[in-house]
Amino acid sequence: MKIAIINFGMGNLGSVRRAFEDIGSEVCIANHPAAIYDANRIVLPGVGAFTEGMACLTNAGWVSALHEVVIQQGKPLLGICLGMQMLATTGHEGGETNGLGFIPGKVQRLDAIGCKLRIPHVGWNEVNYQKDDVLFDGIPDSSDFYFVHSYVFVPEKDEHLIAKVPYDVEVAAVVRNGNVFGCQFHPEKSSKAGRQLLKNFMGYSPC
Amino acid sequence: MLKVRVIPTLLWKDFGLVKGVGFDSWRRVGPVLPAIKVYNARDVDELILVDIAASQEGNAPDHDSVNDFSEECSVPFTVGGGITSLDQILSLLHAGADKIAINTIAYSNPELVDAAARRFGMQCVVASIDARRFEGGRYSCFSHSATIDTGRDPVEWAKELTDCGAGEILLTSINRDGTMLGYDLDMVERVAKAVDVPVIASGGAGNYQHMIDVVQQAGASAVAAASIFHFTELTPAGAKLAMQVAGIPVRRNFVSAGQK
Repeated sequence: MKIAIINFGMGNLGSVRRAFEDIGSEVCIANHPAAIYDANRIVLPGVGAFTEGMACLTNAGWVSALHEVVIQQGKPLLGICLGMQMLATTGHEGGETNGLGFIPGKVQRLDAIGCKLRIPHVGWNEVNYQKDDVLFDGIPDSSDFYFVHSYVFVPEKDEHLIAKVPYDVEVAAVVRNGNVFGCQFHPEKSSKAGRQLLKNFMGYSPC
Repeated sequence: MLKVRVIPTLLWKDFGLVKGVGFDSWRRVGPVLPAIKVYNARDVDELILVDIAASQEGNAPDHDSVNDFSEECSVPFTVGGGITSLDQILSLLHAGADKIAINTIAYSNPELVDAAARRFGMQCVVASIDARRFEGGRYSCFSHSATIDTGRDPVEWAKELTDCGAGEILLTSINRDGTMLGYDLDMVERVAKAVDVPVIASGGAGNYQHMIDVVQQAGASAVAAASIFHFTELTPAGAKLAMQVAGIPVRRNFVSAGQK
């Protein structure tokens, strides 16, 4: 099973690659959009700012390639952290920026949705399932995952909200729309629980 | 609820790990890689690795070694020491670091903190502050592994760094470093109150109660420690258990529920 990790110039690429190699996946670092066409799964990692991230994706031709491979061909995609946020319709970070629009919703700063705790939200926090999902196979509800973010994905529809994390307010931890998955935490840095989640993603096949 | 992290700090000099007292009298602790393997196998919350000689000797971060180290690390990995440019940060992130710690360069070039936060996100930038307490209670920040007095007040400097976009503060007491006499509660409390970002308390942990105190009395979001884990039988897991008993939320280690 071959996973393409999108390298758009931002992100902890090394950690993500390691994690997938660790669980036995064949990893391809996709430096160019052409590289995602022959992969079975795609991961969009990312740490950084929404606006810059989208600019990098757009300028290098990733947006149209992702539309074709993920939306038209239906290949499973996992967005991690900023990669998850860019799945949204719009980002609100220094003005409004269009996202990929794969999962309806917007991205806002934690304090804009009422969070009064320290920002960024850094550390291990519990992920509470809203519904059963293939990503959670073998992982008990309320397991701790590693978060580090200041912005959050606010899904438009409840049906896309798969798991939440409490940080003064309820924050989307996992979102999903069909073959498109996103997690706000970093599975690649969440030790054993994270490895299991990545295995589950690799094992998932869309019907 | 967000958990309080227990973070072993690994100080790296030449080819191995060292630990000193007051940033001096360095003792060899052992090679780096086996230590990272052990901490990873024990599923610690996070690891911090600092090359303590880099800034003093003017060396760039050793990105090849970081690549080898991160291979063995499946928990968040912060790397610091000798960072002076965005390119170095990028290469460390590609080598497997998740966050980078900036200390010495920030005094002469605070714009680097700002540029790094804008490029890689504030969550990626840990601002490291080493501060000494003088008689009479005055504090001053030191650069170059605690050898050069910058004259900056740690509270004001922490505020400036977070204004520049630092996402966390790693606050080390030079006086308490390696003494195992407990954290500098007063300094941690003042900095934690002054900034909105998480503060990692460092320097002085000698027993589990010290960790509990710096969280409950001084408001630390995480506790870093080195000597206690290198030189005593105390462990990160033991620390978390003690903290849990004291009512502090800590991360439970993952137990598989079995495949469905």
